[in-house]
Amino acid sequence: MSDRFRLCPTTGLKVHAQADALIKANAVVATVALLIGGVTAVLVMLTRWQAIHLLPADWFYRLLTVHGMNMLIFFILFFEMAVLYFASAVLLNSRVAAPKMAWSAFVLMVAGTGLVEWTMFTGRADVLFTSYVPLRAHPAFYLGVILFAVGALVVVSIFFATLVVAKREKTYQGSVPLVTFGAATAAIIAVITLGHGAAIYIPTFLWSLNLMHVDAQVYRLVWWGLGHSSQQINVAAMVSVWYLLGGLTVGAVVLNEKISRSAFVLYVLFISMASAHHLLVDPGMGAAWKVWNTSYAMYLAVLASMVHGFTVPAGMELGQRLRGYTKGLFEWLRKAPWGDPGFSALVFSVIIFGFVGGITGVTFGTEQINIIAHNTLRIPGHFHATVVGGTALAFMGVTYYVIPLIFRKRIAFWPLARIQPYLFAGGMLVFSVAMTFAGTFGVPRRHWDISFQQAPFEVQYAPAVDLVIGVMAVGGLVAALGGGIYILVTVWSVFFGQPMEKGARA
Amino acid sequence: MHTGLESPTGVWWKPAHRTEKLWVAIAFGWCMVLFAMMPLWHWKGGQNPTGIRHRVTAEAFAQRTQEFIDTYQVGEEAGIPVVEPPAGSDIYLVGAMWSWRPVLRLRQGVQYTLHLSSVDVNHGFNLYPINVNFQVVPGYDYGLRVTPTAAGEFQIVCNEFCGIGHHLMVGKVIVLPAEQTAAVTGGAP
Repeated sequence: MSDRFRLCPTTGLKVHAQADALIKANAVVATVALLIGGVTAVLVMLTRWQAIHLLPADWFYRLLTVHGMNMLIFFILFFEMAVLYFASAVLLNSRVAAPKMAWSAFVLMVAGTGLVEWTMFTGRADVLFTSYVPLRAHPAFYLGVILFAVGALVVVSIFFATLVVAKREKTYQGSVPLVTFGAATAAIIAVITLGHGAAIYIPTFLWSLNLMHVDAQVYRLVWWGLGHSSQQINVAAMVSVWYLLGGLTVGAVVLNEKISRSAFVLYVLFISMASAHHLLVDPGMGAAWKVWNTSYAMYLAVLASMVHGFTVPAGMELGQRLRGYTKGLFEWLRKAPWGDPGFSALVFSVIIFGFVGGITGVTFGTEQINIIAHNTLRIPGHFHATVVGGTALAFMGVTYYVIPLIFRKRIAFWPLARIQPYLFAGGMLVFSVAMTFAGTFGVPRRHWDISFQQAPFEVQYAPAVDLVIGVMAVGGLVAALGGGIYILVTVWSVFFGQPMEKGARA
Repeated sequence: MHTGLESPTGVWWKPAHRTEKLWVAIAFGWCMVLFAMMPLWHWKGGQNPTGIRHRVTAEAFAQRTQEFIDTYQVGEEAGIPVVEPPAGSDIYLVGAMWSWRPVLRLRQGVQYTLHLSSVDVNHGFNLYPINVNFQVVPGYDYGLRVTPTAAGEFQIVCNEFCGIGHHLMVGKVIVLPAEQTAAVTGGAP
């Protein structure tokens, strides 16, 4: 099996059987994690909506932990592993380097995921996604994270090895495509991220066995080298997917390879230091450290996103114009394939990531503004726009091409699939903005009961807070419906769908 | 012209189009403005999150807070001691699962040095209703120079997850109005 290739009838690419299988396996596990994360999202949200206040306190914090881990780690990273196999082996017509090792890495990641899920669901790890020491979880929780991270690191190494194999075996002409280049920057950031992960989770694992001491502030410092940098893997992978979707949906061209690739390099150089903005109101660091790391480093990474925010839509416009849509300023946009979920997902992903996620993120990263934003609902409001409205939506969009091209199945329930990005993007936009507004009133994030029924002193938020939380919940339910449709469409297509005939996706 | 899925051949390091150059210049210029703003704001602005920082053991901080309470206690509310420290003094607030101790009674317009720490896990200091937030980390004494500018009652909400009783953790600060301050201190802050 390992040396077999098939020729993709749509793109003309040679696809290695192992690449096919690895992409499928990772995508399936990612979808399972998305399902767990999505169901817990609804339960957590219906608890924060004080009118319903669904879960008891212990299950609220437990499922909030489950939601964070499944969405931010398991769903996103398994999907990114699939992206790495696609961007290396498939786009370069190459075989996957070391397929046996790739499968061992997959098994390791699944085993780590299983351990973490077990500790979380059995109440052995009610520590939330950040697991700040000295809040204590069962040692198996930390061990699970370590196994998962080691597996991910092996996949990243195989990605680099595949690039070398493809170059040596001359499977492509010239330089690697921009999408592969972007995926390579994501892989480099992944190495930085997983290095931080090892540096903090191995000592924390030993600490959980009472073998060493871990300082609470040092934990926060190194952990955010993992926690924030992992979101930068998402950014680099998402931007690569933007270029990919642009090319697939409207034949978007690369305006200038130099500009787009340099912007990706900026992510590699500056993004890790930007993790410092999580520590702006911490006692452990001085002003010079905070200002330097969050202004100098963060703004140059922001520059990279600003550049992509121009080149991606501009490339789409040019692609459309080359296809003959040249009338006036906006014919290219009017005649765009709005009924293609890959296209609508791409457009909404760019808009929500840039205008909601990006702008809120840059402002919160300011030393003084952070005083009024830290640990309020403004923070999850921000990152639901970046990670969910941006990254997850882009990944959903690309799935509508992965299913026909890799799984070679027609997409089931096509009318539902067409509206899915609209529901998900619309719901997520309302959800993020409303959550951010609630945060401006000082409403804390990660809190079971903001009516403070049992607290010793009374706290009564402005009535507007009830309204925006209600709006948030409605937006969240619409987004959850969109997410549910996504899971239904993808699972049904993959397991019960009709095989692809040439050129007919739906 | 090619898409991002295709391998560019030959030399692709070519000059960019005018519009693209212009956009990069605008974006870079804006980033430099932001870059200048943060240090400027730090030097010229009145509110910064950086305070006096020390390492401290949980025991030492708890003991210092207890001495502070013993010296200046004037009452008790909801089982938590109320203290009224002298104007301009060092004041202590300790977070522990799941309470803030003590209740602070301060005076409007007077500067204090507020020492924050935790004796167990991370806690979050959030002042209701004016929304001011700081991270409270065990092992670190976070000294912040604060001047209450408004009189009234304020609550301290914990906004860092600290275990199952997180939502019970609410403290209190009472700020006496400036007129009363003048009466107590004879007009000299």
